[in-house]
Amino acid sequence: MSGRTWLGRIDWLSIILFLILTALGWVSIYSSTFSEDHTSIFDFSQLYGKQFFFIGISIAIAIAIMLVESNFYERFGSIFYIGTVVLLLGLFVFGKTIAGATSWYDLGFFNLQPSELAKFATALALAKYLSDIQTDIKNRKDQLYSILIILIPVLLIIPQPDPGSAMVFLALIFVLFREGLPLFYLALAFVFVVIFATTLMFGTIWVSIGLVLIMAIFFMVKKATLRVPILPLVGFLIVAIGFSYSVSFIYDNVFEQRHRDRFALWLRLEKDPEKLEEIRKTIGYNTYQSEKAIESGGFFGKGFLEGTRTKGDFVPEQHTDYIFTTIGEEWGFLGTSLVVVLFSLLLLRLVNLAERQKTDFARMYGYGVISILLIHYFINIGMVIGLMPTVGIPLPFFSYGGSGLLGFTILLFIFLKIDASRLN
Amino acid sequence: MKKFLLSSIIIVIGITFIGRLSYLQIFRFSPTQIAEDTAIKAIYDYPERGYIYDRDGNLLVANQPAYDVMVIPREVKPLDTLEFCDLLRIDKKTFISKLEKANTFSPRLPSVLVQQLSKEDYAGLQEKMRKYEGFYIQKRLLRYYDTKSGANVLGYISEVNDWEIKENPYYIQGELTGRTGIEKQYEEVLRGRKGVKYIQKDRFNRDLGPYRDGTLDTLPIPGQEIHVTLSKQLQEYGERLMNGKRGGVVAIEPSSGEILALISGPNYDPALLVGRERSKNYNKLHYDTIAKPTWDRSLLAEPSPGSPFKTLNALVALQEGVITPKTKFRCYNGFYVGNKKRGCHCGGGVRDMNVGIYRSCNAYFAGTFRKIYDKFTTTDEGMEVWEKHVESFGLGNYLGYDLPNGRPGRIPGVSYYDNVYGDNRWASSFIISNAIGQGEVAATPIQLANMTAAIANRGYFYTPHIIKKIGGNEISIDKFTTPKHTTIDREHFDPVVKGMAEVYKRGTARWLKIPDIAIAGKTGTVENFTIIDGERKQLTDHSIFVAFAPVENPKIALAVYIEHGYYGARYAGHIASLMIEKYLKGEISRTDLEKRMLDKTLEHEYAKPHSGEDFKINEYVW
Repeated sequence: MSGRTWLGRIDWLSIILFLILTALGWVSIYSSTFSEDHTSIFDFSQLYGKQFFFIGISIAIAIAIMLVESNFYERFGSIFYIGTVVLLLGLFVFGKTIAGATSWYDLGFFNLQPSELAKFATALALAKYLSDIQTDIKNRKDQLYSILIILIPVLLIIPQPDPGSAMVFLALIFVLFREGLPLFYLALAFVFVVIFATTLMFGTIWVSIGLVLIMAIFFMVKKATLRVPILPLVGFLIVAIGFSYSVSFIYDNVFEQRHRDRFALWLRLEKDPEKLEEIRKTIGYNTYQSEKAIESGGFFGKGFLEGTRTKGDFVPEQHTDYIFTTIGEEWGFLGTSLVVVLFSLLLLRLVNLAERQKTDFARMYGYGVISILLIHYFINIGMVIGLMPTVGIPLPFFSYGGSGLLGFTILLFIFLKIDASRLN
Repeated sequence: MKKFLLSSIIIVIGITFIGRLSYLQIFRFSPTQIAEDTAIKAIYDYPERGYIYDRDGNLLVANQPAYDVMVIPREVKPLDTLEFCDLLRIDKKTFISKLEKANTFSPRLPSVLVQQLSKEDYAGLQEKMRKYEGFYIQKRLLRYYDTKSGANVLGYISEVNDWEIKENPYYIQGELTGRTGIEKQYEEVLRGRKGVKYIQKDRFNRDLGPYRDGTLDTLPIPGQEIHVTLSKQLQEYGERLMNGKRGGVVAIEPSSGEILALISGPNYDPALLVGRERSKNYNKLHYDTIAKPTWDRSLLAEPSPGSPFKTLNALVALQEGVITPKTKFRCYNGFYVGNKKRGCHCGGGVRDMNVGIYRSCNAYFAGTFRKIYDKFTTTDEGMEVWEKHVESFGLGNYLGYDLPNGRPGRIPGVSYYDNVYGDNRWASSFIISNAIGQGEVAATPIQLANMTAAIANRGYFYTPHIIKKIGGNEISIDKFTTPKHTTIDREHFDPVVKGMAEVYKRGTARWLKIPDIAIAGKTGTVENFTIIDGERKQLTDHSIFVAFAPVENPKIALAVYIEHGYYGARYAGHIASLMIEKYLKGEISRTDLEKRMLDKTLEHEYAKPHSGEDFKINEYVW
């Protein structure tokens, strides 16, 4: 083993999956921005030409990352972090506004979006902080600091405004759970999300009845084996029902109609066909069009460059956030399920890699990488196929955008480099 | 456990996504999407509808251009509304409300502003159209009728309804389809097939060029012209004779089964169902529940056939060998059923077949009818044999002709009487009315004409049909070219035909004979009852007549049924003779008969039961 270099220990499977996903992404961008007059893939006046250029840059940077000593990233993690925080702050002065969000620096040949770079920097910084010998995740103060590392970029990105990107950072909390933050919090959050959604769908009464029933069954089953503390159970029940009640109160009295429309759209609350038609033309336009485009692809799809809805620009933002619809329309179920499988494979592979790391830092960074990729993939495709509310974040390796591609490439390859050097 | 948490989440998300995607792309996917795809617009190219000619190549139905004024609301620029309204012949208020309606429908898509301008209005408007942006004139083709006759048999076309669109995916909203008659029956032949161009659209509905480079586009297939078997001259003449009369007239060429005329009275101008006034006229015609002009009596009326049916009973009796032409029956100015006497107008005396037919003796046929039944041990058996013979003449069931409307008529069988009277609780005396064509038997005029053609042919007929040529080629449909043989042997027809010829020579139609033409015919007078205020009341008899000519080598067989026409030789007989002469000679020598038919109407008869006053029936004076 000692004779092999780091090159031989690179996880080629991840790199191959990365390359396939990037290539599929570029093909989709080509199709969704294609025009008959410009057919050269090197035509930099076209978006697909630019993306082709960015892919080249990203691969160059990936190679550069692999050539640098791996402990460089651990050592300079905080510097990257501080650097991106400075960049985010600088946006308030020098930022360029596109589509209402001041998220970019105008570098002349391209627009740099610092929030994309902040993702890997924050993951590095968090891993570095948590892996410090002095840090104990069970310690309240350390928990607080960890959360602060995550929250600083969030607070800087929200006012851009770019709530979608900001939300992504919250996924890093997964790392904390992996490292010992009680899972109970996660379970509790999940339960409340479920109560929230079911209350909107079925009303407080039914949710309360359901909760009581579940509690009763839980009590009956557990009673036989161990003593059940009744008081906290009843306490939880009261809190949960109270939460359910306040959800419907807030929904009806505090939310504005546009907020209600979003939830109505997500949870399919609106049954009146006339209002549905109205929603489809306004707030639900994107979701409706993207679902329709995907649906129209059928099992086999319409074929490369044959997507009628893609050609007709029916789906807004198709080359960025809604890039998955191009796959859906032109490659059908075969294409979409392939992409889902590829993403799942990559993520599972990364979990595997993270778990085999010898150092805390490497494992924690690995989890950071997985969390960030997973939340993008989950929310983006979920939104495009109508399972999640509309949140504007890109699909990693797929969506058009230089900063995004660069950010995800750096994020991934730092981890692959660390993994390749794990025995040194 | 924590190790596996993230992996499980990844797998659960993957499965959820694939589940949702299979719902969208497999379960919800519909293969007919090209029609529903908002990104593809289909532009249709409609071929011209085929013309309809009569048997001699005379034009019956063609097309005429009509001009619709269309508007695309978004493109409308401020205009001189008053002048424009003047040109369109609408008032300003209508104009504004129509424009608003079009805008509500779609600001981008064209809507019809004014339908079907006349040629004159179009000429005036056309020159000034350039001034009005957002408006244009669209040419459409409407049906043009080169005759005022044949409205019911020709049929009409109108827009498809939702139900038809669902039934037949060829049609889309706003397209036209044959609604009745020939237009309906030969819809696909006349219509042709529309061509389609698929255009890729963007979300602003702008053209992006042909979809898939036009590989799915199709060219229109033009509609074909058809020749029908009708004789335009005979049809028009017959309808003139039907002036003011209700009923049905059907003429058939016995040697081919071709329908020469199919007339239903009251008739109306087919052009009423074309153009701007279409729906108004349609309502007027369709909701006239008393005269029912759109109810095609030639195919749908089911009167009892009356005395013409006697000829069939004679044939059945001869075939079964229960009588010979010489067999005689005595007429006591009627005959007895049990101890009840039924009347007869033949004058009384001893009757053989010849006299029985030409004087239409009820007693003779009651006797004949009994003999048929007496041959068998049970009435059921007798009835089955009788029914089989009678039905072989195309009675009691749908004839199978190529028109969309029809009725089976009725030849009552064993099960019919079992239902009405109970099993075995009836005997031949119950059904004696069938001997003289009254009672339970019923037949449509076209069935009677076909029966007459079968007699004219001495034992067979061709299924009546209306189509002669499609696209200039003679049709060869087995169903219409194979003779259907009756169950009666050829030799039995001679005495019956002789009797029918005598009807014209010295019988009930002797006043109706035509010089130089040997006609065989049979009069019929059918009792006619209705219910007025819950009371059964007798009305003036229906007049029925069947005839064919010439007796040897018949060229035309016809049946005439005139509601409230009194005895057979009166209205029906007149019309039958005149139409035969017109068809065979092309001109009328019996102008006395012709004048009478053109002048006399039966409107006063039809008004009687609705007058609310007492009235006389069967008034002998003309």
